[in-house]
Amino acid sequence: MSVGKSLERVDGAAKVTGRARYTEDLAVPGLRAARFFRSTVAHALVEEIDIREARAVPGVDAVFTFQDVPQRKFSTAGHPYALDREHADVEDRLLLTGHVRYQGDEIAVVVAKDQLTADKALGLIKVRYQPLKPLVEFEDILAPDAPQIHSGTRNVLQEHSFLKGGDLDKAEQESDLILEQRVRTQITQHCQLENHIAQAYMDDLDHIVVVSSTQIPHIVRRIVSEALDFPLGRIKVIKPYIGGGFGNKQDVVLEPMAAWLAWKLGLPVRIAHDREENITASRVRHPFRVDLRMGADSRGVLKFIDLKALSNTGAYASHGHSVVSAGVSKAHFLYPRAVYSCSAKTVYGNIPACGAMRAYGSPQIIFSLECLVEDLARAAQMDPVEFRLNNVALPGDINQFNQKPFLSCGVREALIKGRELIRWKDKRSRIPKVQTGPLRRGLGVACFSYASGTFPACVEAAGARLILNQDGSFHLQVGATEIGQGSDTIFVQMAAETLSVPPETIRLVTVQDTDVTPYDPGAYASRQTYIGGQAVMRAALKMRRKTLAYCGRISGHNPANLDLQGRDIVLAGPVPAKVMSLRDLALDSYYHKTRGSQITAEVSYKTKTNPPSFGCTFVDLEVDVPLCQVRIREIHNVHDAGVVVNPVTAQGQVHGGMAMSIGAALYEELLVDRDSGVIRNNNLLDYKVPTIMDTPDLNAAFVETHEPTNPYGSKSLGEPPIISPAPAIRNAILDATGVALYELPLSPRNLFRHFKAAGLL
Amino acid sequence: MFDLDSYQKPETLDQALDMLAQDPQARLIAGGTDVLVRLREHKGEFRCLVDIHDLQELKDIRLEDDGTLFIGSGATFTDLMESAVIREKVPILAQAATTVAGPQIRNMATLGGNICNGAPSADGAAPLLVLEARAELRKAGSSRTVPLTEFYVGPMQVDLAQGEIMTGFSIKARDYQGWTGHYYKYAMRQAMDIATIGCAAACRVQGQTLAGLRLAYIVAGPTPRRCFRAEQACLGAALEPGLLDRISGLVLQDLAPRDSWRAAKDFREHIIQTLAQRVVARALERNGASL
Amino acid sequence: MVREIKCDINDKEVTLLADLRLSLAEMLRQNGYFGVKIGCGVGECGACTVLVDGLPVDSCLYLAIWAQGKNIRTVEGEAREGRLSPVQQAYVEEGAVQCGFCTPGFIMTSTAFVEKHQGRACTREEIRQGHSGNLCRCTGYENIIRAVERCQKEDLDKETGPDQE
Repeated sequence: MSVGKSLERVDGAAKVTGRARYTEDLAVPGLRAARFFRSTVAHALVEEIDIREARAVPGVDAVFTFQDVPQRKFSTAGHPYALDREHADVEDRLLLTGHVRYQGDEIAVVVAKDQLTADKALGLIKVRYQPLKPLVEFEDILAPDAPQIHSGTRNVLQEHSFLKGGDLDKAEQESDLILEQRVRTQITQHCQLENHIAQAYMDDLDHIVVVSSTQIPHIVRRIVSEALDFPLGRIKVIKPYIGGGFGNKQDVVLEPMAAWLAWKLGLPVRIAHDREENITASRVRHPFRVDLRMGADSRGVLKFIDLKALSNTGAYASHGHSVVSAGVSKAHFLYPRAVYSCSAKTVYGNIPACGAMRAYGSPQIIFSLECLVEDLARAAQMDPVEFRLNNVALPGDINQFNQKPFLSCGVREALIKGRELIRWKDKRSRIPKVQTGPLRRGLGVACFSYASGTFPACVEAAGARLILNQDGSFHLQVGATEIGQGSDTIFVQMAAETLSVPPETIRLVTVQDTDVTPYDPGAYASRQTYIGGQAVMRAALKMRRKTLAYCGRISGHNPANLDLQGRDIVLAGPVPAKVMSLRDLALDSYYHKTRGSQITAEVSYKTKTNPPSFGCTFVDLEVDVPLCQVRIREIHNVHDAGVVVNPVTAQGQVHGGMAMSIGAALYEELLVDRDSGVIRNNNLLDYKVPTIMDTPDLNAAFVETHEPTNPYGSKSLGEPPIISPAPAIRNAILDATGVALYELPLSPRNLFRHFKAAGLL
Repeated sequence: MFDLDSYQKPETLDQALDMLAQDPQARLIAGGTDVLVRLREHKGEFRCLVDIHDLQELKDIRLEDDGTLFIGSGATFTDLMESAVIREKVPILAQAATTVAGPQIRNMATLGGNICNGAPSADGAAPLLVLEARAELRKAGSSRTVPLTEFYVGPMQVDLAQGEIMTGFSIKARDYQGWTGHYYKYAMRQAMDIATIGCAAACRVQGQTLAGLRLAYIVAGPTPRRCFRAEQACLGAALEPGLLDRISGLVLQDLAPRDSWRAAKDFREHIIQTLAQRVVARALERNGASL
Repeated sequence: MVREIKCDINDKEVTLLADLRLSLAEMLRQNGYFGVKIGCGVGECGACTVLVDGLPVDSCLYLAIWAQGKNIRTVEGEAREGRLSPVQQAYVEEGAVQCGFCTPGFIMTSTAFVEKHQGRACTREEIRQGHSGNLCRCTGYENIIRAVERCQKEDLDKETGPDQE
């Protein structure tokens, strides 16, 4: 049995020894460095650009401007192709632009023998702008006289609305208590340790090879093809080891330019973001403004949620409206018995392009929701945990989007478990109701719901291929992408489980190559275990069937009586008898002159279900009121992710999400000046990723349910841990100080403002 | 790759002084944690380097016969944290050193560089100011000593002439004996950060009165600064509960915190005043006094 | 601008030709030490941490020529004869590795930390202090701290024998 065990990561040794090769470690001889010439202003038209001096620098191969690139707009979002073009991602980008839409937009590109030479040439490019008013805040973006960031859009990318679960007016009438608030969330950035990087070269007249740090190699291939109008079948994308993504690499950022330069110049070209570029010119999280009304009756039953969300997608659509759309949909699963009225609008703004970031819209929406749920519980004078227990989803509740019941749902159990882990009742009884000193203690809770893929918004396809090697070991190739989350290890466990062979006999091919790797759109939506697992399971079953059938053919035994055990094939029974080793069987299949063939099993499978996953956070913290600082004393995340396939890697996912959410709650904010659009803190000194000193001890727990639509019983886990810590922290600060906050981050400078307004300072 | 035009590596301090004297473009590099960052940004002023990294003459930390403590400008923050004499005589300096960046930077960055770059956020400055440290400066053929309070002449400007090298800091026995101190760095993170406000206090107590108070701030004005008015006003004050309020009510008179995107002026002022209370209280506690 | 640099890298004496404009990180990577990762170039992330005479430094903010005469340790030298070092082993077992990009730098910081505090189990606060120059965005640091704790405990058990319970 492999599933449920903490198998050591299959890439662990490669990574701790420094042998794992990332994109930058795969330079080809003669590699050129390409660097973008970026705008210093946030919104403008380029009136004139002079590249003559830059071109003349010795060692410069080429300089191209926005006037030189193909005039073919493309989208960069990492989604599968939409057959229904109405639902396709918005195509609003060119390789370079003369209409600058954020500070750092790409106007020209220099290719040189090395980065220093390229940088020197960049310093010699001269540009004159015709300035346009930068639009940063929603109020400015939607002003009637605002300039259009993309012509013909009036700065609105998309909007939609829906009503689920009943009649809103009736629910309002049934509510004894109705609260209303405006909630704002900030721009955050992934800050994955490996910056975006891509290199490209031609290995034939008409074959482009792109090596890229990406979560979505197959989508990169399609989008490069679209951007360059170059045949998809003649583009090969290689994904080596990836130094983290968190959604930032679910976007096609550098690859089209790298491929275009390689094609145009016939030279190998690398584009690598430095950290400053990566913070602004890759992707960031959409800032939201949510106007929320919620009502409950006198027994504390939530009657309705009425939510109007505004999302700023920044300079370019990228994932655009999908983010807020996914956010509001997935939030429904948490309180599914309440009437849910929702409208969402996504606008453009002169801030960096916002894309996918861990949990994709849910952190913003759930933060808003859990602020108001907390306020409602307090207004109703109910214990916040009891209030939630009254209202959260139960097995059998109906998903109002597809009218099907939830088959596995452990959010209630998670709340109960979390309450015990943090000793909620005991602590609540001991913390004084009224605190007046400089240090004040508070307890907070928040819960969340999420999904296990993107269906039915997108197709959910996964591919897996198993090959029996000559020595009786297996190679497993998957289209799903290991980016650090541990999917390779999980797939080995799943295949080992279904084949009944030891996991060490299975080698997962982690480096992907779209010329040979089975198709899968990639790592996003916490879909790998749930969706990828379906393909791995089916491939393993097929391999098992074929292996046993071949053994039957050689040995004369009925395959129905045969079984795989360890490295052998045995006659099943109380005392299994070895028939032959897998190695002998493999040798026969490869080399017998008249029978057999190489044994492979390949499956491409589309999943048509999408179960919600759930969980909650409990936090115990202390607020230093005069210093406006928060210290977390104890924090627990409890998750219903179905069956936990690998407890150690699962915990690792939870810890990482918790830390990122603590960062978003207390520290992180990409600051864009409202008047100028200038980005203030595009480096790791000024953008405050929590260090090890700022991150408390993290506790991860699970309530294991079994999700029947997945053969291994598991559901999503990669993104969900980032959702509920931030609202739990907000609720604990409220508990400690009596100050209710409706914005993120809860950083000292913001706490100062609010504590002062509340008379605490 | 760093954008360097020339590079010279002296073996001795005298050689370094000669090299600086001969090339007006030449700038020093010691720990490199500031200079290399500027070079990476293609800042032209550091293209010609005289490398005093690892120059042993500048690394000395020693106690003179008269009790004067001398700290070489090339001592790293790790050296300060681990030096027995620093920990015994001027623990506030070791304490401030631990708040600088992270271990890797502390292993390289020097106290001299921290002060000579003129940054208003130099963690080393606040404790040195309350210790009345003097900067020892050498030029080919001459040397001089400047009190640190006067070494800072303006925003990002220090009293360091072309061709001059800061060799270290001296702290007289009377400026640490009988004094207790505390440093608090208020930053957005507990490591790898620059201070939003930093505050150092040193106190001397006689019976039930405050016999001496020195208070210094970083990032509370264009340069690191002492709060002389508050210090003098409270001299000889009785150690009673109202004292901290009195000090915190006075500190802003000598400071000029800035409004910036990093922190608003009223927020900085509030933190300055809060720290005055907390840091002085801790410094007094170390003296065995309590209010 | 090319100089000859003699130093020990992972206990081997080497002579390298290096442009004096290179950082140590760049020089090491040019010579095949790909375990040295560059995450920021300005000493803010610690991914490029190597040990110079036993001390962790950000090799991105360290001139290559400063390596002259020094003993340099990179992550490549830690595994011996196909076996992981105790720190590496603890990282794998405790799940302290995810994307792996910060890992080589962290391993070197932990290695220096464990060697410096040999014979003593440090508090979590001390472990945090000792690792505060390395950023990780995947693990939330929890399992990294556990790995260091495990390493120190195993070290002590080796000296004194495990608790007899």
